[in-house]
Amino acid sequence: MNNSVTNTARLLGAGLRALLVLTLVTGVIYPLVVTGIAQALFHNKANGSEIKADGKVVGSSLIGQAYNLPLKKGQETPDPDLKWFQGRPQNGLGTNSVNTQYKLILSGATNRSGDNKDLIAWVKAAQSAVIKDNSVSGYTVKASEVPADAVTSSGSGLDPDISPQYAEIQVHRVAAKNGLSAAQVEKLVKDHTEGRTLGFMGEPRVNVLELNIALKSLVAKG
Amino acid sequence: MGPVLAGVLQLLALIGALALVYIPLGNYMAKVYSSDKHWRVEKWIYKGIGANPDTEMRWTAYLRGVLAFSAAGVLFLYLLQRIQGVLPMSLGFKAIDADQAFNTAASFVTNTNWQSYYGEQAMGHVVQTAGLAVQNFVSAAVGIAVAVALVRGFARSRTGELGNFWSDMVRGVTRILLPGAFIAAIVLVACGAIQNFAGIHEVGQFMGSHQQWNGGAVASTEAIKELGTNGGGIFNANSAHPFENPGPFTNLFEIFLLLVIPFALTRTFGIMVGSVKQGYAILAAMASIWVGFVALMMWTEFAHHGPAFQLAHGAMEGKEVRFGVGSSSIFAVSTTLTSTGAVDSFHSSFTGLGGGITMLGMMLGEIAPGGTGSGLYGMLIMAVIAVFIAGLMVGRTPEYLGKKIGSREIKLAACYILITPALVLIFTAFSMALPTPGHSMTNSGAHGFSEILYAYTSASNNNGSAFAGLNADTQWFNSTTGLAMLLGRFLPMVFVLALAGSLAEQKPVPETAGTLRTEKPLFTGLLVGAILIITGLTYFPALALGPLAEGLAS
Repeated sequence: MNNSVTNTARLLGAGLRALLVLTLVTGVIYPLVVTGIAQALFHNKANGSEIKADGKVVGSSLIGQAYNLPLKKGQETPDPDLKWFQGRPQNGLGTNSVNTQYKLILSGATNRSGDNKDLIAWVKAAQSAVIKDNSVSGYTVKASEVPADAVTSSGSGLDPDISPQYAEIQVHRVAAKNGLSAAQVEKLVKDHTEGRTLGFMGEPRVNVLELNIALKSLVAKG
Repeated sequence: MGPVLAGVLQLLALIGALALVYIPLGNYMAKVYSSDKHWRVEKWIYKGIGANPDTEMRWTAYLRGVLAFSAAGVLFLYLLQRIQGVLPMSLGFKAIDADQAFNTAASFVTNTNWQSYYGEQAMGHVVQTAGLAVQNFVSAAVGIAVAVALVRGFARSRTGELGNFWSDMVRGVTRILLPGAFIAAIVLVACGAIQNFAGIHEVGQFMGSHQQWNGGAVASTEAIKELGTNGGGIFNANSAHPFENPGPFTNLFEIFLLLVIPFALTRTFGIMVGSVKQGYAILAAMASIWVGFVALMMWTEFAHHGPAFQLAHGAMEGKEVRFGVGSSSIFAVSTTLTSTGAVDSFHSSFTGLGGGITMLGMMLGEIAPGGTGSGLYGMLIMAVIAVFIAGLMVGRTPEYLGKKIGSREIKLAACYILITPALVLIFTAFSMALPTPGHSMTNSGAHGFSEILYAYTSASNNNGSAFAGLNADTQWFNSTTGLAMLLGRFLPMVFVLALAGSLAEQKPVPETAGTLRTEKPLFTGLLVGAILIITGLTYFPALALGPLAEGLAS
């Protein structure tokens, strides 16, 4: 009995020593070396791919943002600022306490299933909002034209991209709100549409932040 | 090009990349576990451990090594989380509560990486890199070590000796996982994954005001998280978070990482038992299940059945635009058919049948291709069962790789395949029967049941992914899933090593005309059939109540 206790203790000691040595190798040296190389060779990327506009950091090309009007008195959710291209919906993300509507610190999805009543209601609401917001005189959005990414929230809740179809729908509205011609805005969207990587990986997409930065400078130029 | 074609092309590219490294990596790993030379670094490590790496161990000694090392891991990781409040670089996060710390320690040591905490709001830099990420390396190395011990059991005769645990485990880290993770981490940073110790800081936004960002050793963790089939992300959104998985290429690259070792180990197995064809037969069984599941998943996700998805014109809820449906489907299948459990899209928001496929993938026992090591030993156990069934059909004593599958061997294999279903179904039944656990569900009805079934399936099979609607941070779920993870990892290992010991003691049976040719396609077919039938019979009633009910209703 005594013998087996000492044996067990000796074995656990060996286990613990093995763990500590390997912690030094894989938990200290490895991450520090990778960090050193990353910071030296890929400084901007290793720190979050920050984007600047007018000399100021305005976010990351990888992380989505909200483009909303300031919160009015008595309002719980702010209205979207329709001057700017809008990203994927944020509805629902606040209520599951996992995502904070692009303010970050916590990322996550709604985790609602396809037959979930909340999700059905959110999709319906988002769809009618997309139709209402983007139908301007001479241009009406049909329900069948609204793509899935315009009415669903993403996995991270921080999706920086929208589909080219969703950007397309927003062109007339953005042009009207900014006093630009639809053709000008259309070209802007085309220029900022990224195809599939190497032609087949992922899906075509438009980075909303980069698009809005370009839009801002176009408006400033008049 | 349509999204379906793009999805298929991505699958083909992935298969091409895996095929390209299969032989060199498989050969290399066989050399790693056969060489009797030690690297200088390894000698220092052995000195630190105080173990002689050249002592041959019988199965009991090997098992004691596995258990002692893992127990030390649980203890250390538990304590590290409990004292987080006083650790430096902890970003102001407090000590983790006892039940959650136990759950997380069990989770990372068992290669599960189930997370009942929110990554960016709970774990500081020290616990993350020196605690959790270390287990990503060593738990994977332990898995490979046990698989290699089983392979030696088949390869050796008239000896009870299975190799040296310390040497196998350390070499897994120094010669396979560390170099691999290092290269992968640099590739990920080059593509935009972050790697810094900036803590939590504010960054300006386009409309004014600020976003709060978490810094962290993300790329270095991400690399081993996939390569070691671990799956525990730094961020709550896991590989859906753009800082962990910035683009379409990194997405495919991460899928590649989590599949590459489990697939290549079949080559290692083939070389070590002296017939690469035996390895190909096992590989063929793994690959056909994997490809079949991917095809099914793409079909159901592109078809997007379910009221909300029909309304939205696509199953994009919980998926990222840059990956799309095709790439997300490949990731979801690959992560649940291995023991990874990382996610680039949220399984709870997949179609009813899609969610069912992720669950079924885990229920197969994660053997196609499975976790690092655990996939191979799980598949070899199924091969033993398949050989046994074939033997029953023709009334002949079954043999596999020149070893008799007698009553002792078949009992050990049967115990192995009974453990996880027992854990999954018993814990799920208790959770449904007790009054409070059900309060954790986000969705109701069939999908709510699926959330709980998924949780125990994921924990017992050491996967770690979730139908994340379930609020798993309760004392009930923290303790029971923690228990399920520990039992689901180490009990099977006991039977695997016992089987290995028993096989190694046998003398080889000469091959005769009546021997079942286990390197032929007929055997691969038999193996796949046995896997699907055994899993189907075990889980059908539970699946019918959850994903099937949901999928057929929509």
